Amino acid sequence: MSETAIRPKLVGPTPLERVRRAAPLLLAPVMALAGLAAIGDPSVWLTLTVAGLAMGLMIFIMASGLTVVFGLMDVINFGHGAFVSVGAFVGFTVLAWLAGWTQSPAVILNLAAVFLAILASMAITGALGLAFERVIVKPVYGHHLKQILVTMGGLIVAQQLIHVVWGPDAIHVARPQSLQGSFIFGEAAIEKYRVFAVGIGLVLFLAMRHVLRATRLGLLVRAGVENGEMVEALGYRIRRLFLLVFMAGSALAGLGGVMWGLYQETITAHMGSEIMVLVFVVVIIGGLGSIEGCFIGALLVGLLANYMAFLAPKIALVSTIALMVGVLMWRPQGLYPVVKAK
Amino acid sequence: MADMLLRLAGVHTHIGPYHILQDVTLDVPRGGVAVLLGRNGAGKSTTLRTIMGLWRASAGEILFDGKAIHSLATPEIARSGIAYVPENMGVFSDLTVAENMRLAAVDGPFDARRLAWIKELFPPIATFWDKTAGTLSGGQKQMLSVARAIIEPRRLILIDEPSKGLAPAIIASMTSALRELKETDTTILLVEQNFAMASALGDTVSVMDDGRIVHAGDMRALAADAGLQEQLMGLSLEEHQ
Repeated sequence: MSETAIRPKLVGPTPLERVRRAAPLLLAPVMALAGLAAIGDPSVWLTLTVAGLAMGLMIFIMASGLTVVFGLMDVINFGHGAFVSVGAFVGFTVLAWLAGWTQSPAVILNLAAVFLAILASMAITGALGLAFERVIVKPVYGHHLKQILVTMGGLIVAQQLIHVVWGPDAIHVARPQSLQGSFIFGEAAIEKYRVFAVGIGLVLFLAMRHVLRATRLGLLVRAGVENGEMVEALGYRIRRLFLLVFMAGSALAGLGGVMWGLYQETITAHMGSEIMVLVFVVVIIGGLGSIEGCFIGALLVGLLANYMAFLAPKIALVSTIALMVGVLMWRPQGLYPVVKAK
Repeated sequence: MADMLLRLAGVHTHIGPYHILQDVTLDVPRGGVAVLLGRNGAGKSTTLRTIMGLWRASAGEILFDGKAIHSLATPEIARSGIAYVPENMGVFSDLTVAENMRLAAVDGPFDARRLAWIKELFPPIATFWDKTAGTLSGGQKQMLSVARAIIEPRRLILIDEPSKGLAPAIIASMTSALRELKETDTTILLVEQNFAMASALGDTVSVMDDGRIVHAGDMRALAADAGLQEQLMGLSLEEHQ
């Protein structure tokens, strides 16, 4: 084929489309500035903003697995909250075993205890994810209504199993010594644990982005989200990819459970199903299947929830739903809708 | 009897309550281009999808190089040496051209010489190597789709309507590229409605109607027989040139 026969010419995107695509990136900074204008006091604003970012990034950790599972496998997993709860309880158990480390003044021992708790939670919830996919999800691929019913059933069973193993009462989780207390900047007090949560969330987001952008596995996931059938036609066994992604999503939920448990300092069997409302809001705002959208949505939800809790506590609960409605009126498919092959 | 690379014998395909392929028997000789013609809805794309295992044959057998593949899963069929270029091109629009090609190279890194040949065959692949595939034009996406199918040597390539929606100049270029591909001894099963392209490339032809093969023979004979074209497809080559 000669060069003259076809003159290579790129068709898009237009400048307007570029602006449209970049617009969601401005939402979190705009919300932060709006928060500063509404709150007035920079110290209070800084405290609330760090709290909002920490909350948002913890929700992102839990939501990222759910959104990829939905995008790639077209599975609506209402049982995702079970992995959050199980993760929190496993993390609590490991931290309780390592009480000597968590109560030590040595930062390194404190952090080692938390990371071991996270590793154990991710290993157990990842393995549970494997069983959940094989036993509960696999038979209902392609049937959304059945998925909702059966994964909801799985959630209830998991909650009851938590009651059997750890008892029905709420359990207090003490943060390791070095993650207690606050950093003081001028008049602003910023909880150390929130800074830690922001760090973990950002590292995780960058790691996920790297895996999705720079590895063959990431390429397969991105391609599978768009057109799983074509991935199979190229010679890849997408069912194995489904399983791997489901396990990873479950492990991330487990990690989120540990982080959320330490954040709330109390864990219950129902904590996963309670946080799922916010997780679903974030996934919907971001666009089903989109990691970047999920990240932005989580920051927006975290910031808004904290600002509104300070400014207007009575409507704080509905503010995240109002945010979702507003975003969907602007972009009905979410901030970064994933293009699905027809 | 010619050496057949692919043979469909008495294949039936049901999609939900619909009986799409009805006792399809089709032979694809090794080397060269076998063309599958027919009007819209005749069952051509379903035939390709059934070969790839994307829709399961409910009866009959599909033999590829003598080995039954109708019970294999799609990835196994692909790895047995069959590449597929679907009607909608199947390009991953969120990935770059390079990433699309990387993904298609199932067995590992690119063969540099083969990649150079593909870039020569389809210059836009080189020009837009780092661009997102979603920003390509329809013709460029079609080239990417075919390029992806040949990035590694395959014994059989199934191509579904490569001329669909393309400008005449692009169709001419695509025809010339497929002709060059044909010269590499790759076997191609080409579904096409553009008779000019089909007759320029095809060695053998099968015509489908209502899910059945209604004619099978030599492409040159069909191209030379306007009456037969009229009878089979309600068109003549002259009208379509």
